[in-house]
Amino acid sequence: MHEVQPAVVVENVTFLWWIPLLPALGVLFHIFLGRRVGKTAVSVVGPSVVAAAFIVSLVAFIRVWLGPPGLVLQQVLWSWLPVGSLDVRFALQVDALSAVMILVVTGVGFLIHLYSVVYMHDDPGYARYFAYLNLFTVAMLVLVMADNLLLLFVGWEGVGLCSYLLIGFWYDNDANASAGKKAFIVNRVGDAAFLVGIFWLFWSFGPGSHTFSFSEIAERGRQLSPAVVTGVTLLLFVGATGKSAQLPLYVWLPDAMAGPTPVSALIHAATMVTAGVYMIARLHALYELAPISLDVVATVGALTAVFAATIGLVQTDIKKVLAYSTISQLGYMFLAVGVGAFSAGIFHLLTHAFFKALLFLGSGSVIHAMGGEQDIRKMGGLRRYLPVTYATFLVGTLAIAGVPGFAGFFSKDMILARAYAEAPMLWGLALVGAGLTAFYMFRLFFLVFLGECRADAHTRAHLHESPRTMTIPLVVLAVLSVVGGYVGLPEFLAWGDRFSAFLAPAVGGSAHAGGHPHLALEVALMGASVFVALAGIAVAYRFYIQAPQTPQQLAARWRRAYQLLWNKYYVDELYAALFVRPIVQLAHVLWRQFDVAVVDGAVNGAGGVVQETGRWLRRWQTGNVQHYALSLLVGTLLLLGYFLGRG
Amino acid sequence: MMPLLTLIVFTPLMAALMLLAIPREQVRALRRAAFVFSLVPFALSVGLLFAFDAAKGELQWTERAAWIPRYGIHYLLGVDGISLFLVVLTTFLMPIVFLQAWDVEKRVKEYLVLLLVMETGMLGALLATDLFLFYVFWELMLIPMYFLIGIWGGEHRIYAAIKLVLYTMAGSLLMLVAIIYLAIAHQQQIGQYSFAWEHLLQLRLSPEVQKLLFAAFALAFAIKVPMFPLHTWLPDAHTEAPTGGSVILAAILLKMGTYGFLRFAIPLFPEIAVDAMPVVAALAVIGIIYGALVCMVQPDLKRLVAYSSVSHLGFVMLGMAALNLQGVQGSLYQMLNHGLSTGGLFLAVGALYERRHTRLIAEFGGLWARLPVYGAFFLVVMLSSVGLPGLNGFVGEFLILLGAFGRFPLAAVLGTIGVILGAVYLLWMFQRVMFGPLSNPQNASLKDLSPREIAMFAPLVVLFLFMGLYPKPLLVRMEPAVRVTLERVESRVRQASASCGEEAVCVAEGGRPR
Repeated sequence: MHEVQPAVVVENVTFLWWIPLLPALGVLFHIFLGRRVGKTAVSVVGPSVVAAAFIVSLVAFIRVWLGPPGLVLQQVLWSWLPVGSLDVRFALQVDALSAVMILVVTGVGFLIHLYSVVYMHDDPGYARYFAYLNLFTVAMLVLVMADNLLLLFVGWEGVGLCSYLLIGFWYDNDANASAGKKAFIVNRVGDAAFLVGIFWLFWSFGPGSHTFSFSEIAERGRQLSPAVVTGVTLLLFVGATGKSAQLPLYVWLPDAMAGPTPVSALIHAATMVTAGVYMIARLHALYELAPISLDVVATVGALTAVFAATIGLVQTDIKKVLAYSTISQLGYMFLAVGVGAFSAGIFHLLTHAFFKALLFLGSGSVIHAMGGEQDIRKMGGLRRYLPVTYATFLVGTLAIAGVPGFAGFFSKDMILARAYAEAPMLWGLALVGAGLTAFYMFRLFFLVFLGECRADAHTRAHLHESPRTMTIPLVVLAVLSVVGGYVGLPEFLAWGDRFSAFLAPAVGGSAHAGGHPHLALEVALMGASVFVALAGIAVAYRFYIQAPQTPQQLAARWRRAYQLLWNKYYVDELYAALFVRPIVQLAHVLWRQFDVAVVDGAVNGAGGVVQETGRWLRRWQTGNVQHYALSLLVGTLLLLGYFLGRG
Repeated sequence: MMPLLTLIVFTPLMAALMLLAIPREQVRALRRAAFVFSLVPFALSVGLLFAFDAAKGELQWTERAAWIPRYGIHYLLGVDGISLFLVVLTTFLMPIVFLQAWDVEKRVKEYLVLLLVMETGMLGALLATDLFLFYVFWELMLIPMYFLIGIWGGEHRIYAAIKLVLYTMAGSLLMLVAIIYLAIAHQQQIGQYSFAWEHLLQLRLSPEVQKLLFAAFALAFAIKVPMFPLHTWLPDAHTEAPTGGSVILAAILLKMGTYGFLRFAIPLFPEIAVDAMPVVAALAVIGIIYGALVCMVQPDLKRLVAYSSVSHLGFVMLGMAALNLQGVQGSLYQMLNHGLSTGGLFLAVGALYERRHTRLIAEFGGLWARLPVYGAFFLVVMLSSVGLPGLNGFVGEFLILLGAFGRFPLAAVLGTIGVILGAVYLLWMFQRVMFGPLSNPQNASLKDLSPREIAMFAPLVVLFLFMGLYPKPLLVRMEPAVRVTLERVESRVRQASASCGEEAVCVAEGGRPR
């Protein structure tokens, strides 16, 4: 095996900044003109700026694709934080990894903007919505185009802000506002660790200037001690567990479903939540120096994949099921990068962006048709009413379930194959997770689209397929959820794994560092994952189509286990008991008992003494002013005398 | 050379005198005149910004005139990268405060005159480089503030005003003693009295004396900052003060404490200061976390913002305690940030108070539906205070914690936890005021911001973005002066420890304790 470190070719260009700038102009438009120009103008400008950014991104992508291997387009905009040896620049770059990311962000982002035009049409906060959505696009683009860790962090917190604003978009409901706040604060917990990681990195690098650029980190990382690298990478990973909703900081994502459904598709499925995976792939050189950290990443990923999948088994809110499935799928991506299969992780990020955005937008179409209803127990038989949504949702479900031929199959299989080679235990977990995924996704699909319609007559009378502007994005994403997988075929098929080859200069050639498994083994592994997928689907079919009473019977028989899953392992309650309530109580005690009673008590007590002394002094003084002046003078002189006596 | 600094310091006082000529009934004229006059020192200080030599770390634009030569008291002014932006911050905020003063109905003339007098006091204290002159200005700031709270304040204004004065006097009298002692020591060592900062830096004092003098200075400044546990005057003063008073108190008066540490307490007594920094860092971190926790449970909006100052000023002190370039520059930057964002928060709270005459969070909720423009500005101000990257607050907090990590890793980690809590209390406050259903019928008819109020907030938002995205013009002007200060401390400490035979503590760049 030889580690290929392809030479990096930096080319300075001047057009990169248009990619985030175009949506930024959209933000300004919506803020300053949005309410004046009316909905039509907003609905044209909002998606258009993202489409324009997509076109520029496409140019950047093609240049990286056709350019020499290892080409990095770079644009240094200005010097951002110059303090002593710290010299952080506001600089953008596009290499193979960023090129994939900007296409996802602007491409999928555009489809979701388009979908929103109709979905949000009757909302009074139309301009505000597009302002937030465009702002999110800006921040996400800064995140994936930053050439240094600190600028990445700007985008990282920027997307967190937009997530906060969009989750709480319908702010007049307190639950929505609370969900937004929870997301921001849980993310801040991760971000605090992230910051400490940055500080540690800074002080561990030797003398010389510090730009925090990724090339510099890769370069200097090799001189760090293993303990420092491990510590830093673990701290950064804690940040990733917040942003990408992994154990133990995943708790905000299910609540985040309070936001409008297109937001869930864009932010909480396709783009923002994958930022942690991107970050690790971006810092792969550092993570490769810390095998312990990689093991932790892989283990957390695999555990989260199964953990979230088990909760997903019993949820009845269509968006909550998808939320837990997102957490679970992100777990697969972390498993991938944790076993060193960085390109496989990004590949799954790509296919997941297609099929999960599709599933969310499909669920939005369902909710739209159902007049806001999200409970899958009240749906059923929607195939007849929503044919396009039905067909596209089926494609998405097949893709996430890992049925051969669909995009999710190829990316998940790539991850499982590598996991088997690196960590058989984790492969086992991931395989279980794959079976659970197939089951709960088809459970969702069967309950929503097949069987008898359980909606009330009123809702049923109003059932309708969504308009074109909403179904076109569904169709496009459905197509991508199939063909998207063919860029990364197994090596022994047709053109092989073009995706990893494209990414290799950016995330290292390590995708194949372990060598190819034997053809027979690879086919056997593939057979195993196909088997669990089909088994999951079969069980779901049995439970929800053939014998619909089975789930209730099982829930009754395993009541405890069912309760545990239904209540999401009581993690929210645990966190409330361990952190939230004690901190609030402590705050009350500090304020009432300490600040007011002790400190102020002492001050007021001293004041009382002064007053008493004053009354006593007033016997020989005529007025207050003289009294103050005199005591001032006497005190000053006494102290002065004391000092002089000593000096 | 033009006496630019003198002009900056005394134009507000001149304006105050001119205002006295306007009859008190002509309220409109008074307000307009005060606002227009306050633009003059701002314009002058913008001129100073351009005339300032960015490469120079020593004092520049110095002015000198004899005052009481017999005792070595001179009128000395000078500016360097440490005071430059604090001066601009002051002159920038005053016009905003005068715009806000349109809301003041009671004894308008006195209010405006006092604000102008206070501006001269603050600018003088920032630019004075003679310690006696500094002390005069220092006290000059306090008196108008006493009246501002005592006359235009809220329900418990007398208690708050007296508490403010007693707290501050307790510290500043000791500082006066220390200042006089320094002048006498100068006479003993050099042969003549001097209060000049540049002369007093050269004094060689025994460690015991330094300890006492540092303690006197540090106490005066620590009360002003305020550092935990000397902070309890602040919530009362802030809560009771009129909006304009709160803005000035938070934005500028508190900075006098942190500025005092950086200008006087640390460079005058470097050996002791270096030893004291672990304590300062510890108190700073306690302040950060304690202030944030207490914020969380405040039912009163203004008191919440007041306690948030305890937390934010903790960051300023933590960065300073690091005594390295990143930490101290972050500290200096955070002084400006706090002035702008907390000033903005007080303006936002004040705007609500003008409409509803209550400050209780429970009285609000769902206001965004009625006040979208207000909500947008309030949101940005809140996010700036939270330290969102891309806005100004992040630059300061990041540099502070980065610097602090190099010297006090544990304190930096705990301070980073304070960053989480900062988001908790501010977001929660914002949610309870702006989000949720508009349940209180008294809020149903509130009016959104007037053009005058927008003119108060808009410049702040522009600065938040500018200082967050392009801090370089500020940082490069600060750096030489900070470098000179740190080198001064370092060389003194090295001399001292060389004579003690101890290992030198490296305090400048890369200054990790080895």
